[in-house]
Amino acid sequence: MDKLSALLLLSLALFALGLLGVIVRRNLLVMLMCMELMLNGVNLSLVTFAQQTGTAAGAVLVFLIFVVAAAEIAIAIPIVLLLVRQKRTLDAAAFSDLKG
Amino acid sequence: MTSLLTLIVVLPLAGFLVNGTLGNRLGNRFVTVVGCGLPIASFLLAIRCTIDLLAGGSEPLLETAYTWATIGERTFEVAFYFDRLAAVMTLIVTGVGSLIHVYSTGYMKEDKSYARFFAYLNLFLFFMLLLVLGRSLFVLFVGWEGVGLASYLLIGFWFDDPEKARAGKKAFVTNRIGDAGFLLGLFLCYWGLGTLDMDHINAAFASPTPPAVSASLIGILLFIGATGKSAQIPLHVWLPDAMAGPTPVSALIHAATMVTAGVYLVARLSGLYAVAPEASQVIVVIGAATAFFAATIALAQNDIKKVLAYSTVSQLGFMFVALGVGAYGVGIFHVYTHAFFKACLFLGAGSVIHALGGEQDIRKMGGLAKKIPITFVTFLVATAAIAGIPPLAGFWSKDEILWFAFGSSRGGSPLLWAVMAATALMTAFYMFRLLWLTFFGAPRMDKEVEHHVHESPRSMTFVLIALAVFSAIGGYFDVPHFLSALPALPEPRAAAEGLEMPLLWISIAIALAGLGGAALFFGRNAARAIRVAPRLAPLRSLLAGKYFIDELYDRLLARPLFFISDRLFLRFGDRVLLDGTLDGLARLAQRTAGALGRVQTGNVHLYALFVAGGIVVALLWSFGHG
Repeated sequence: MDKLSALLLLSLALFALGLLGVIVRRNLLVMLMCMELMLNGVNLSLVTFAQQTGTAAGAVLVFLIFVVAAAEIAIAIPIVLLLVRQKRTLDAAAFSDLKG
Repeated sequence: MTSLLTLIVVLPLAGFLVNGTLGNRLGNRFVTVVGCGLPIASFLLAIRCTIDLLAGGSEPLLETAYTWATIGERTFEVAFYFDRLAAVMTLIVTGVGSLIHVYSTGYMKEDKSYARFFAYLNLFLFFMLLLVLGRSLFVLFVGWEGVGLASYLLIGFWFDDPEKARAGKKAFVTNRIGDAGFLLGLFLCYWGLGTLDMDHINAAFASPTPPAVSASLIGILLFIGATGKSAQIPLHVWLPDAMAGPTPVSALIHAATMVTAGVYLVARLSGLYAVAPEASQVIVVIGAATAFFAATIALAQNDIKKVLAYSTVSQLGFMFVALGVGAYGVGIFHVYTHAFFKACLFLGAGSVIHALGGEQDIRKMGGLAKKIPITFVTFLVATAAIAGIPPLAGFWSKDEILWFAFGSSRGGSPLLWAVMAATALMTAFYMFRLLWLTFFGAPRMDKEVEHHVHESPRSMTFVLIALAVFSAIGGYFDVPHFLSALPALPEPRAAAEGLEMPLLWISIAIALAGLGGAALFFGRNAARAIRVAPRLAPLRSLLAGKYFIDELYDRLLARPLFFISDRLFLRFGDRVLLDGTLDGLARLAQRTAGALGRVQTGNVHLYALFVAGGIVVALLWSFGHG
């Protein structure tokens, strides 16, 4: 198995781990962290493909994603804080007010 | 060419517009001047036109007011046609109409809707003149519908009484049934002849190569329209109810002018009916039956206006019999005399009602002869005229009808004569009964009412006197001779040769017998009538109930219609079918939403699982279609 395949497998593992975390963990902060994990799995695959094709576009996109992720987390954390202030818990199951 | 004919028609319309829009603001005096002045102006113009007509050797005056539409080579024009027949009718309509307008100024003085009344009367006059003067059946039809509208408005003039409003509706709807026949006849006529100008229609049927369309079919269809407007069986039911309107309206519209429109229509198209023996037979049968049955009903009515209403229906039957046996001029002659004496009778009845403060029941009258002498004398003259006592106007026209019913070579027969003679006898009887119960004997009204009995104002008595004079001498103007341009009066049958004078004596005897019979039964406070009454009770209730035709129509037509409307259209069609469909759709959407809403648990993990599942499915699908 060459290095590229190993890296791609790693990125897949990271993404799958993140997705699994989002689905099974109940803690909101952990879910956010798992989402970051998924993002970084994708980033890793982007960098790997950029290496493979020898172009800079993939690497540039990764930086863009970093910036966006930073902004996103800057909004997501306050939202979580506000939610916690409402219900005094981090359990995602508590926030099911939109139940149909 | 002058435009006098257009002016005759348009003047009353102007009266309607002025009085209808400004009348209430400008005061009653103004309304009176406009409302009476314009019809009188029309009357004077009609005289002027008649003089022109006679001076021009009876060449009809023609005038095109307006071109309505041009379709291909055919034009539809609002054109006026003034021959001798139209002249007679125009003079009756404007002359009697003007007199009744003048009478109304007294009769309606206290009414708060004075301006509206005159506006409607002028509107009626406008449409009636359109009907009489129109050259084309199309224009006639506009007038025909218009007078129906005016009649509706005036019957329901006191519309805050639901009974009166209902009478107006009944008149309108009944006429609509007749109009359906009229329209079909009109279409058939246009289809077959390509023209609606009545002089052309007459000429076409008189020509040696008649058009390839059945004259009888057109004739019968148009006659169906005439039965509606002229209150013949089976559409006669509206006219007696129309008496709910103010009395001048009954006199003008429902006695003297509008109801004779059907007679006028047949006479106008005499060229067509002359070659339509089947249609003529229908007219004779309907006319004779109507005359007879209406006269029997009139025997047992107790409302002064109802008696007169049924006598109108009966006299209209007489006119149609004359038309049916081919004596068109004689039919119009009776229209002409009838206009005078029936208007006089109605206005006299109005004067009586006025004197008694609104009482219409002849059982509560009596002994009025001395208290309101002018009304009495004029009413007496008109009663004698309608009963056919010589030498008053009604005698001449009715005797001619009886003669042609017997002797005409185009459908006259002894049987027809016998029916009409019996009707004439009843006419004389019920009219003198009315006279006796109203004016003679001991007063039967309350003391309070009796104390207030008074003669009507001069504007009313003047009109009564004028109409009574015409009822007396009107018969000396030989209308059938004047109308010689219509198809010639039919030749007498061979069997009737030489019987004219004996029949004339018989018809005088009939009129006097009616008078004598009424005097016998209703003289001395109706002593004999009261004695005979119990024995005739079943017959009386049948006649007083008008043969229960209203009830029959109610059972046969009105109730099934109501049932269908209610059950089929309202309860099933509207509520079940339409409302049900809409409600069902709404319920379906609601239920679907309810089912789909279950998916929205509010649980973020479940959503995430769905997303993941969706991704997997999408990936598998995309690999599969690689």
